[in-house]
Amino acid sequence: MQENLENDSLSNDEKQLLDELLSESNDEIAGYGAQRRLFLKQMSAAGAAILFTQLIGPQELFANPVYEPLISDLPASSMENSVRVGFKVNGASRSLNVDSRMTLLDTLRERLELTGTKKGCDHGQCGACTVIVDGKRVLSCLTLAASCESKTVTTIEGLAKDGKLHPMQAAFVKHDGFQCGFCTPGQICSAVALMGEAAAGEISYVTADVRKKSTSLKLSDEEIRERMSGNLCRCGAYPNIVAAIREVHTGKNTAIAWQFAADDNEKARSTGA
Amino acid sequence: MRPFKYSTINDIKSATNRLATNDNARYLAGGTNILDLMKEDVERPDELVDISRLKLAAVQPITTGANKGGISIGALGKNTETANHPLIRQAYPLLSQAILAGASAQIRNMATNGGNLNQRTRCPYFYEVSMPCNKREPGSGCGALKGINRMHAIFGWSEKCVAVHPSDMCIALVALDAIVNVQGPNGQQRSIPFEDYHRLPGDNPEKDNTLNPGELITSIHIPRNNFADRSYYLKVRDRASYAFALVSVGAALEMNGSNILTARIALGGVAHKPWRAKEAENFLAGKPATVENFRRAAEMEMKNAMTLEHNDFKVELGTRAIVRALSQAMKGGKHEELPA
Repeated sequence: MQENLENDSLSNDEKQLLDELLSESNDEIAGYGAQRRLFLKQMSAAGAAILFTQLIGPQELFANPVYEPLISDLPASSMENSVRVGFKVNGASRSLNVDSRMTLLDTLRERLELTGTKKGCDHGQCGACTVIVDGKRVLSCLTLAASCESKTVTTIEGLAKDGKLHPMQAAFVKHDGFQCGFCTPGQICSAVALMGEAAAGEISYVTADVRKKSTSLKLSDEEIRERMSGNLCRCGAYPNIVAAIREVHTGKNTAIAWQFAADDNEKARSTGA
Repeated sequence: MRPFKYSTINDIKSATNRLATNDNARYLAGGTNILDLMKEDVERPDELVDISRLKLAAVQPITTGANKGGISIGALGKNTETANHPLIRQAYPLLSQAILAGASAQIRNMATNGGNLNQRTRCPYFYEVSMPCNKREPGSGCGALKGINRMHAIFGWSEKCVAVHPSDMCIALVALDAIVNVQGPNGQQRSIPFEDYHRLPGDNPEKDNTLNPGELITSIHIPRNNFADRSYYLKVRDRASYAFALVSVGAALEMNGSNILTARIALGGVAHKPWRAKEAENFLAGKPATVENFRRAAEMEMKNAMTLEHNDFKVELGTRAIVRALSQAMKGGKHEELPA
């Protein structure tokens, strides 16, 4: 990629930025070979970054983190109760000193520059901070970073692969599974883990018969709602969220089943009920 | 949050000894309750002893002793794993249903079985440090007694405390006559019948349970029973999911022909401890399993309620919930969507 740039007017940082924006998966958008070289030469460095952001579209941008997160380790002596902890985040091994009080949520956001995970209530009541630890969805606001030694953490930033959105992310975009977007990273991490739980046959409070053996579950909308009840959405995008999850779960295109009170009234009138 | 020392521990003995030598230390397992309470400044430990890596997570059949044929549930097993364990689902479906009625998927993935027993009340006066609360600060008074007490107790409360125990899991465990196995400093072990594990508030609401200092729950035993065909956990709450109970009912029936041989009924959201409805149980023994008898049993139990200013609705709600839970249990305990 670097050899394609052939532009000494770019600083190293700018070259790296372009390099990341123009990862192989973007080839179909950005053009090929000589064409792209010509194209690039005509750009000023700053203009290139902005234009490319527009060209590749929000999907590709979200799928490719622009900045490599930098770990900012602090000396143990700078904290009253320092704990050395090492764990994997989105495939990368991280090791750092944390204050014993530091939650996983704050560690991700404040120390590892992974601000995709959101702090909502910080008390385990809203689900905005949901991440996947050792394959299970958990609340990072009620998890001490110190207790994560040797664990594997996946955040919203780790779901896209090879420049492509995770199917659940794509389904949330397609179905408008959000308005303000603040609960969305938690919703999506939760929904991704839910797919694994359903595949493993895990039951819920609304599962009709808990005694019946289950291997791979087909979730009804009622089941999806119950199992996602730990993720609140103050914008009320629930029908869209359920539709997005249903689409990924069933593998079939799905439409939102709107039900208006007026429909029921209409029906009642027409049947005389 | 106040500063605290964090330590991990690899064996039960070191854990119990840590707590025996420091009154201000607490165990950390799932952390879902204690971290929240520490953020609120309700709990103020100066040390957390992380026991989550102790090998106490197994769910397994009991093969010897008085409870042979029953099941042993490790204290550090996660709520999700326990609810989904094939042996629990098959033979103790009431426990699966009760666990799954509580909290959210994320919290159940974190919360441990032992921690579930030791979670503290969600009484808002307990949580709000600017309010009086005898449980949080003995002698400061009870804010809820004459305050907003819609969520509070109708059985077994005292002038000192009207808080309720928040667990769903514990309602199933008390109905199933579970036993709590604990180990103390110096290695001494004892077994506590579930009904005696949690306390009524009396004059010491700061004590939720009968654990001695440093004692650690190692496992919970459930004796073998014949309730699996007819049990049901019903939870009534302000929203459809992810809310604490206004009233919940764990119901289990063993039949002898068309008559009830044994009935077990436990109520959540009504008392400082998981509440066994013994009067209703005794009434039903030997009687036909009819809705009329369920209703009479429920009324018999609920007439003992002592309501507060805002929670007298719990009497009728509890009565109907008992009838409904027993009826569902008779139908095989399958979940049925409540009518809107």
